[in-house]
Amino acid sequence: MHQVSHIMGKELKDFFISPIAYIVISVFLLVTGWLFFSTFFVFNQADMRNFFNLLPMTFAFVVPAITMRLFAEELNTGSYETLLTLPVTFGDIILGKFLAGVVFVSAILVPTLVYPVFIAMMGELDWGPVIGGYAGAVMLGAAFTAIGLFASALTRNQIIAFIMGSVICFVLTTMDRMLFFFPTPVLSVVNYLGASSHFQNVAKGIIDSRDILYFLSLVFLGLYAAHLAMQEKK
Amino acid sequence: MIQVEGLTKYYDDFCAVDRIDFAIQKGEIIGLLGPNGAGKTTTLRMLTGYFKPTAGQVKIKDFDIHDDIVAIKQLIGYLPESAPLYPGMLVYDYLDYVASIRNLTGNAKAERLRRLVGLCGLQGIMHKTIGELSKGLKQRVGLAHAMMSDPEILILDEPTSGLDPNQIVEIRDIIREIGREKTVILSTHILSEAEATCDRIVIIHQGRIVADDRTENLKQSGGHTRRIHLALQNADPADAIATLTTIDGITAAASASPDTNSILGLTLTCRGIDDPRPAVYAAIKATDWVLVEFVQQTKNLETIFRELTKES
Repeated sequence: MHQVSHIMGKELKDFFISPIAYIVISVFLLVTGWLFFSTFFVFNQADMRNFFNLLPMTFAFVVPAITMRLFAEELNTGSYETLLTLPVTFGDIILGKFLAGVVFVSAILVPTLVYPVFIAMMGELDWGPVIGGYAGAVMLGAAFTAIGLFASALTRNQIIAFIMGSVICFVLTTMDRMLFFFPTPVLSVVNYLGASSHFQNVAKGIIDSRDILYFLSLVFLGLYAAHLAMQEKK
Repeated sequence: MIQVEGLTKYYDDFCAVDRIDFAIQKGEIIGLLGPNGAGKTTTLRMLTGYFKPTAGQVKIKDFDIHDDIVAIKQLIGYLPESAPLYPGMLVYDYLDYVASIRNLTGNAKAERLRRLVGLCGLQGIMHKTIGELSKGLKQRVGLAHAMMSDPEILILDEPTSGLDPNQIVEIRDIIREIGREKTVILSTHILSEAEATCDRIVIIHQGRIVADDRTENLKQSGGHTRRIHLALQNADPADAIATLTTIDGITAAASASPDTNSILGLTLTCRGIDDPRPAVYAAIKATDWVLVEFVQQTKNLETIFRELTKES
């Protein structure tokens, strides 16, 4: 287990050293800040619903941009060989990288905590949905990180990893808005598979085991697929 | 120490390593030699657990490569070809990270790092990023990476490729130093390198082992056909050949190069057992030819290597 923490620590350090991380954070804060505050005063409501409504869509692009380097860069520079011949297992590597990604995704949410503080100063803010929203954001971030990690394990090209990751995340996000394309018998299944509705449930402050199970299964599937992809490369 | 049986690796249809067997004793320095694409790197990658063999058995100490891969990785220090390390990391950060993964902590870690800095000559570059380093320095960082846990087995893939002659000598000294107590396997296509550092040489060609012997034996085995090169002034070609072939032990004589400036080049082929050189000299002394060159060409490792790995 201590190998996981060492790999995670190293990856986290890499995130904060590389300029890409700061660019991604800046873009994320700019986009969410602008989208949120451009309508905030129009609605004149002291809540963050608008922010959390848009979050899955921004995450679908931001998270794969964060995770794209995790495997692709190692495969490209060949450092993957030095890593894998250290006394570590596939599981250690994947888990370490995944946890580093989740911590980093959570870290980019931290600056947005100013918003609720700011809103609370201006009006009566109901903190329940805010806490639920951030909990949901971390879960959604974890699920997208696992998917991004899988995309990164497929290729040595970071751009391809980013595009594949965001396509999968984007499809999951918009799926429940595309229901009219699907035949009636599969509607409920497709609806369940979409990420947005599960996120919105949590963001409303309703903690349901079905939603948690959904995010956990996404994480598991993503990590397992990454494991298979790495094994295939041997 | 290391037992390899029937090790095979296919990339799709291409057979990179074809049923090779060898055994390595503790404390040996083995040179894995072969032309490009012979399967050296693939073999090393299978030994270190980076690649899964298609078939065959590898046993290191009592561990099997299929079941106890992590235990094996703990015994081995491996430096892949051209030292692919994280280019964005500081040398110190990287070595510190490897030490943590290798289970070194606190004082033991600091002590080990200090020792490796001295051994690999890393003073002054610990706070540079790996990507900034020259190839030779990067190779040394890689060597420090491989030796971090003071491993029982050190595997180095082309450790001196791309280094300047001074650096090659330094790395070679380090390898020989380590090889006193440890088992070292290194791959190379530079023959003088294998000759200078290794106790035993395994030559691989097209995925198969074509020679596996101690370095001295391998060199001697080529000694059966010896050649002597002569350059004579003032001699008539036909006359010279006729005179020299009568000497006992000389099996053939041929003019090696067209005579320019009245110098006649001759190559004598002789049986390896007896030394005909005194007789050749005596024969020439009896004439009025002027001897300007007299060189014996023993077959060196290079010729053996070229014969064994000729495209068939």
